[in-house]
Amino acid sequence: MSDSSRPPVDSMQTLRKVLGVVGSYTHLLVVSILLAGLSVVLQLYVPILFGDAIDQIVAPGAVSFDALRSILKKIAVLVVVSSAATWVMNIINNRLAFQTVKDIRSRAIRQLQKLPLSYLDAHSSGDIVQRIIADTDQLSDGLLLGFTQLFSGIITIVITLAFMLSKNVGITLMVLVLTPVSFLVARFIATRSYDMFGKQTETRGRQTALVNELIGNQKVVKAFGREAVASRQFAQVNEELQDYSQSAVFFSSLTNPSTRAVNNVIYALVALVGARLILGGSLTVGGLTVLLSYANQYMKPFNDISSVVTELQNALACAARVFELIEAEPEVPEAQDELFSRGGWIDIEDVSFSYDKEKPLIQGFSFHAKPGMKTAIVGPTGCGKTTFINLLMRFYDVDAGSISVDQQDVRDVTRHSLRKAYGMVLQETWLKNATVRENIAFGRPDATDDMIIQAAREAHSWEFIRRMPQGLDTVITDESLSQGQKQLLCITRVMLCLPPMLILDEATSSIDTRTELQIQEAFDKLMQGRTCFVVAHRLSTIREADQILVMRDGRIVEQGTHDSLLEQGGFYAKLYRSQFAGTETD
Amino acid sequence: MRDLLAFLRDYRKESILAPLLKLAESLMDLLVPLVVAAIINQGIAESDEGAIFRFFLLLIVLAILGMAFSFSAQWMAAKASVGFSTKLRQALFDHIQSLSYRELDTLGTDTLITRMTSDINQIQNGLNLGLRLLLRSPFIVFGAMIMAFTIDVPSALIFAVAIPALSLVVFGIMLLSIPLFAKVQGALDRLLGMTRENLTGVRVIRAFCKEQQEIEEFDRRNDLLTSMNEHVGRLSALMNPATYLIINVATIFLINQGALRVELGALRQGDVVALYNYMAQIVVELVKLASLIITLNKSLACARRVQEMLDVKPSMEYPTSLPAELPQTDEAVRFDHVTFSYASSGDAVLSDIDFLAQKGQTVGIIGGTGSGKTSVVNLIPRFYDTTTGTVTVDGMDVRNYPAGELISRIGIVPQKAVLFEGSIRDNLRWGNEDASDDELWAALETAQAAEVARGKDGQLDAMIEQGGRNLSGGQRQRLTIARALVKRPEILILDDSASALDFATDLALRRAIANLPGTMTVFIVSQRTSSVREADQILVLDDGELAGIGTHDELMEKCPVYQEIYYSQFPDERPSAARGHAGEEVAR
Repeated sequence: MSDSSRPPVDSMQTLRKVLGVVGSYTHLLVVSILLAGLSVVLQLYVPILFGDAIDQIVAPGAVSFDALRSILKKIAVLVVVSSAATWVMNIINNRLAFQTVKDIRSRAIRQLQKLPLSYLDAHSSGDIVQRIIADTDQLSDGLLLGFTQLFSGIITIVITLAFMLSKNVGITLMVLVLTPVSFLVARFIATRSYDMFGKQTETRGRQTALVNELIGNQKVVKAFGREAVASRQFAQVNEELQDYSQSAVFFSSLTNPSTRAVNNVIYALVALVGARLILGGSLTVGGLTVLLSYANQYMKPFNDISSVVTELQNALACAARVFELIEAEPEVPEAQDELFSRGGWIDIEDVSFSYDKEKPLIQGFSFHAKPGMKTAIVGPTGCGKTTFINLLMRFYDVDAGSISVDQQDVRDVTRHSLRKAYGMVLQETWLKNATVRENIAFGRPDATDDMIIQAAREAHSWEFIRRMPQGLDTVITDESLSQGQKQLLCITRVMLCLPPMLILDEATSSIDTRTELQIQEAFDKLMQGRTCFVVAHRLSTIREADQILVMRDGRIVEQGTHDSLLEQGGFYAKLYRSQFAGTETD
Repeated sequence: MRDLLAFLRDYRKESILAPLLKLAESLMDLLVPLVVAAIINQGIAESDEGAIFRFFLLLIVLAILGMAFSFSAQWMAAKASVGFSTKLRQALFDHIQSLSYRELDTLGTDTLITRMTSDINQIQNGLNLGLRLLLRSPFIVFGAMIMAFTIDVPSALIFAVAIPALSLVVFGIMLLSIPLFAKVQGALDRLLGMTRENLTGVRVIRAFCKEQQEIEEFDRRNDLLTSMNEHVGRLSALMNPATYLIINVATIFLINQGALRVELGALRQGDVVALYNYMAQIVVELVKLASLIITLNKSLACARRVQEMLDVKPSMEYPTSLPAELPQTDEAVRFDHVTFSYASSGDAVLSDIDFLAQKGQTVGIIGGTGSGKTSVVNLIPRFYDTTTGTVTVDGMDVRNYPAGELISRIGIVPQKAVLFEGSIRDNLRWGNEDASDDELWAALETAQAAEVARGKDGQLDAMIEQGGRNLSGGQRQRLTIARALVKRPEILILDDSASALDFATDLALRRAIANLPGTMTVFIVSQRTSSVREADQILVLDDGELAGIGTHDELMEKCPVYQEIYYSQFPDERPSAARGHAGEEVAR
């Protein structure tokens, strides 16, 4: 609680931002708070009325039915009003929470499409998904509902105290003084079980890792006849876990009985003191009933509030993460002009670029490609060939120098018009979880089935599409296609658009020869007469290229033709010999 | 489900005592209103201070006893549920160890892992809660009602009406909302899937300028999720106000009835207070019971799934011992008209495969993806049984080897280079627990992996992280080869296990294996013709059939499938091929 009493400045800011999102629903929030107040007051007042009612039933002949009936009628009305208030409040809270989440998510997805790649590359996709989905939920649950709960909790405590005081000051003070005891007990147990939970979590983590490793590779375990060893290994962790779990489960389940016991003692004390006061004439039986039921109820908001406070802090942290995403700097604004494509001249002039300003990557790089020219990008795995793609497609902007397409600087035209001029097939084959048709027509939603089938034929994908259960209407899932088939679909997708320039990423060894041949043929068909950049793995592609860019550790280290580069005897020559030596000597 | 209960046998005492102790605790709770009534009726009404104090002490005793009962119940429940899940987890793990490849394929790794981890944890939670609370809540609800009847029958009749009404509301809302919650979860999962898709495909989406369409699709799903959420929200919003209303209306009737009974002299004021308190206890317990039932329901579903898994019987049977007379032969592996299909798909992956590998031979297996290369080598250690035809190893049908016997003679390097957390030494000793360091180094040398170990601090003691994360693909592959060699197998199977190696290393590896002493038979599965070129015989597979068998030179003569593969990899050697136009020239 002490942490929350002085919230740091930035969490105040976050809170303001959340209220900004709530903005259009402010009236709902206000109504919700009013209703919360109303229902709490009524719910607390009803036991008092019941107490009064009981006071009308003293003994045979001493029952005042008139007074009793009027009290009971009053209760009936209040109970109905209070139930209605709670119901409406619940519905409003739901609406408030779900609409806010919806609004935040919809802002987030818009932001996602506008964020620079540098932001997205620097954050794991799991982390961003977490912000958009889970953190947003937490934000609405914790912050909005937490707020109403906190509010009604405080009202409950204040009013309970007021009502109790109105019945009897002494007993109220006694309850006030004794209440913290149950907190102390709960705190004491919590710290004990926290230790055990830590050990349980740690051991369970090890066990899960072991299960993932061994069961995940069960075939290897069997291939080496290691079943018995695996069982022994597992048994060891499993027994360790048993000890910790048993203690953790036990200790954590002590909180409730302990606080209940403390409450029961308080209850007994209230009964004792109350009874003596009744004898002394300063309290009625009805009053005692009220005090007893309050003594029980009084604890609840305290427990609620302490859990709400934790939740609020948690929710604020989540909100901060969500806003960090939503308010991240979007891409530099668009130019207005469309790219006017005239065949695909590409001029890279004196370009410098780096992801991290501390580590310069590309410096003073110049390069020119004529329409129809084929450029191979070569280098060992992990040499940063994607950097090149990033710059051409303007996923990243250059730090200095310029890249122009058909004499237009890429920064002076819209991103869409630039990107439409390129066809891109990456090695990481990304397909939507949608039908084959939707995937192929991704870049051209208006394409007819005939056009789609024609493109599929040319890209050699029609053969397997035809054999799929629902043909073009088959929904693609991650497992339903082989790597090679995915690649063919990605090619088909570009085949349908036929842009003037191409960026291709050749497949590596995971694809079998026949499919690779089909992919190669499809690539060749695509490349005819287009300016192409090929991240090349195949010797024939490299040899046929008009120009070769050799990359190493993210830098472009050499450029030239196959023969001129071999003659240079530099990195390319070395790479060529180590990668393809087998062809010459074997 | 009955079978699962067997794991609770060692904790029979605990699992019976836990609920009983919990009942004892709730009995203490149930007595409290009676004692308070006694304070009012005897203490206050008769101005007996001694009685008030005695009843107060009784309340304290009840509180302490309640806590003691509760503590012991929690302990018993924790012991029984954790013990149960520990035993169950071990049994399931051992059971998985006994399954053959066929069952592993059908069940799937993800399923196995989920059963082992989250499902069993859920069962443990359910059991723990069930032992403690399943009896308690109904006991308090009905206990309260019975207590009410002992106080005054006409007043208690109100309980008999209120409890079913409350149950109807609480369980009705729960039952109606459970399937709705499942739907909401589904919609949320789809939204999550779409967000993830947008992130992994950000380059493609931007390259095709599809940002706006993605936003629109997201909005549609987002709206759908929101309206579903509000729909189910409206339902659960009823729970609190409805129960509150019912319980208070019932209380109004109760007090009214109580007043009549007191007026008649059948009841005293304290009794009315007691009845009022019992009414209050009911609603809390009903809500608890409802959420407990949801948890238990989930746990039971998990338990059923675990039970199903335990019911899967290993499909392979093994003789208990080797036959007395072992055949003396030079044959290492023979396939006799073997046809084979995986359980999951009925189509034959291998049809009529027939070949013989002599001891000491190197056999290359080549063909496209899905041509059945891996299936062939999987039949040699009897990972699967053939559909028809026989596989013999060392002249004996593989089905005649006792469990573990065949595996001990064969070293396998699987396609996926998997290493385990532990030192390099630990990993290599998977092949042979007793191997000396010299033997390990020798295997590393042959596998071209000695430099990998030498490059690490601690050499053989260098730690490999989970899944071999701290090694490159090529390093992992070479270590898995060494691991198989440590076994000194009679038959070595390399299943496309040099794919991450460059040509020079691949060549050195093959030469080193060929130069090993002894008569090890080697199977090399590969996509590259250069890897199998020097083999004594090469099996060419095409769509599950043997398209050719022979040496490289023989196959170049007569096997078109082999020729196609070869020329695609060495376009320059294609007769009459115009240099540099490989792709267009290849006849399909």
